[in-house]
Amino acid sequence: MKARNKFLLGGVLVLSTASYLMASSIDETATYYLTPAELASKVSDNPRFVKNGVKVGARVVSGSIVREPSGRSVMFKMTDGTKTYDVKHTGIVPDTFTDGVDVVVEGRLDANGTFQSTILLAKCASRYENAPDKYPDTPGYKQGMPATPRA
Amino acid sequence: MILVGELSLWVALLMAAWTTTVSFSGGLQGRPDLVKSGERALYATFGFTLLASIGLWTALFMHDFSIKFVASYTSTNLPKIYTFTAFWAGQSGSMLFWALILTAYSAIAVFSNRKTNRAMMPYVTGTLGIICLFFLMTMCFGANPYERLDWIPPEGRGMNPQLQNPGMAIHPPMLYLGLVGTAIPFAFAIGALVTRQLDAQWLGAVRRWALLSWFFLTIGIVLGMWWAYVELGWAGYWAWDAVENSSFLPWLTITAFLHSIMIQEKRGMLRKWNVTLVAMSFLLTILGTFITRSGIIESVHAFAQSPVGDWFLVFLIAAAVATAYLVSTRLNDLQANAELESMVSREAAFLYNNLVLIGICFATLWGVLFPILSEWVKGDKITVGPPFFNAVNGPLGLLLLALTGIGPLIAWRRASTTNLKRQFTWPVISGVVTFTVLFALGMRQMYALVSYLLAGFVFGTIIQEFVKGIDARRRMYGEGLFSASMRLVGRNRRRYGGYIVHFGVAILFCAFAGLMFKKDLTATLKAGESVKAKDAYGSEWVFTSQGISSFEQLNRRVVAASFNVTRDGKNMGILSSEKRQHVNAAGEATFEPSTEVGILESPKQDVYLVFTGAVDRETAAIHINFNPLVWWVWFGGIIMAFGGLIVMWPQALRAEREGGYVAELPSESTATLVGAGA
Repeated sequence: MKARNKFLLGGVLVLSTASYLMASSIDETATYYLTPAELASKVSDNPRFVKNGVKVGARVVSGSIVREPSGRSVMFKMTDGTKTYDVKHTGIVPDTFTDGVDVVVEGRLDANGTFQSTILLAKCASRYENAPDKYPDTPGYKQGMPATPRA
Repeated sequence: MILVGELSLWVALLMAAWTTTVSFSGGLQGRPDLVKSGERALYATFGFTLLASIGLWTALFMHDFSIKFVASYTSTNLPKIYTFTAFWAGQSGSMLFWALILTAYSAIAVFSNRKTNRAMMPYVTGTLGIICLFFLMTMCFGANPYERLDWIPPEGRGMNPQLQNPGMAIHPPMLYLGLVGTAIPFAFAIGALVTRQLDAQWLGAVRRWALLSWFFLTIGIVLGMWWAYVELGWAGYWAWDAVENSSFLPWLTITAFLHSIMIQEKRGMLRKWNVTLVAMSFLLTILGTFITRSGIIESVHAFAQSPVGDWFLVFLIAAAVATAYLVSTRLNDLQANAELESMVSREAAFLYNNLVLIGICFATLWGVLFPILSEWVKGDKITVGPPFFNAVNGPLGLLLLALTGIGPLIAWRRASTTNLKRQFTWPVISGVVTFTVLFALGMRQMYALVSYLLAGFVFGTIIQEFVKGIDARRRMYGEGLFSASMRLVGRNRRRYGGYIVHFGVAILFCAFAGLMFKKDLTATLKAGESVKAKDAYGSEWVFTSQGISSFEQLNRRVVAASFNVTRDGKNMGILSSEKRQHVNAAGEATFEPSTEVGILESPKQDVYLVFTGAVDRETAAIHINFNPLVWWVWFGGIIMAFGGLIVMWPQALRAEREGGYVAELPSESTATLVGAGA
């Protein structure tokens, strides 16, 4: 066999191993990423869906956060405007978690319809944008003066 | 100055447009006057972008809060250093920073090639012009850093406390210096494709830029890991997050290119592949920017859903189509002039190295894009998490580590059995001994054992190469040990610098494997109470609470929990973790409180303590992590950067120029003067 073909054979072997690893592990770790409304409709279509772990992206309802003093768990409500869920999160609470932020929670619904979350990611729109629409609400910056007209 | 800066941005845009038009038409019509004008316009583009940047820095330092960018990311009480780095803390500023580096790189690349590669250069200049034009346009019309507010706030919003960290101050510039660097090789590849000068001429101009890019990306990625580790409080440094991945992807293709370029130089093979790798690196950079700025993919890093993303998508598609067209119409010119002779040869080892790197790249990209793809195909957004990336990239990474050890040992073209025996004996022994010792010490995790076996093999390879080289010099020139090792590296920077990089890589793998032995616990302690814990090495630790204290510091209010730490009864000092509430000049709270972790660092392991919350005024809830070998991640990163520096060191460049850049050497001359392993 020519060296070139041997190499190609080896290459195919490597790539097919990689593809196999990809295919087999995707099934194990793939997680639905849903909005609260989508989660509700999945559950009403198929009640067994509750058993699946899912990720939900939603916004924290302002004023709904109840923190346990140890900082290890927190309860809040999340919503996408159409459907609201109670969430009980146990685990690391990121510093950026606060009223009105967008969060991604990972976990599952329990029998009472509360979302039991184990992973909580909070997006503070700060890395690239400081949430410009919220800017005027920031305490202390309300009393700005109108801009002087520029030449 | 601020107004000058604002106007300069628009002038730079015009200059970039002029560069593009004039360079391409000058090249096509063969008119040196137009080509010259294009090059000058490119220098001018850099000049005006620099003015625009100075203008923004001026606005930041003068606290001109009528500019939205300044008001959004700084405040009057922000420390000076962070006022300076606020330049790249937000979308539009970071775009300007990107453009600044891009135009500077372009100007340097065009200037240093003003006498060489004449046929190709108009197209190189033109391509760079297009890229500059794109960035400047995106800024002027999509995300202008000079955008005004219609009112002037008395105080700015300040910088997110998590970004007020030295790592975060340097990490973005390093990453940008690396990512932007991929544009230069890409422009040369386009120039070479258009003019069909595809032998090896363009490689000489490109290799140094690819190396530079690799160097900064490596530093940038490791700094990013360090930042995430010390700042985010989850005791890890890599989460396979979309944003992390998007800097990792071009790093993989550049690494592949830096290896495969050697095959083209020595054997004239892999021409198509090299062009493809260069193009892929650039396209992946743009794709990464698109992913991170468009908000299309969920990420821990927060991004606005800004229109800038669409601009990048359009640019990405246009660049990909143009490259694909050029490559497909020039396949004949890209024909290799040699063939693989044997599977047991360095060429084959390098080819497999490329294959594995691209495999990792593809798997990672697949994981990143999976939510989008699944939404297209099935209508449901499905995400994959770290287990996916670890399951695929773990084995591939180990294969790569093995190749890191094998590559340097095999001869070019065809290795003989005696060559193999002579070369492999000691490295293999080194690997097996490492494995046996660790197994005897009681380590049973297969993954970790294999990592250490392979790392031992790689260390063996590198040490053997150095010993042989130094030994040869001492015999040939009668040099002392020190001068022989200095000259060995000095005279063969590419080779031995490369080995030092490999050394760093192997150290990193050892450090990664260390995390398989991490342990953690949580506790709630009143002042005076203590908690006991055992680490992976079997030592017993005792943490005794010293209570909670509150104080004010710089621009923040701090609540700190401190613990007295002992290991096996030996006092290790005090470890504190803080909750910080940042305040503005008026003393009002800004942002959410941030957590500052306490880390007791040592090469053996880090003790990583997080103050999660105060239950009452004297009771602290904490999370303690024992993270073995994390210290070696930073050390390995430094070694890799150091090796890269040796390879890049300018003296090698001068020697190259004196001798003329010798590419596609006949294979007889590949045996280097000394330290020949072949």
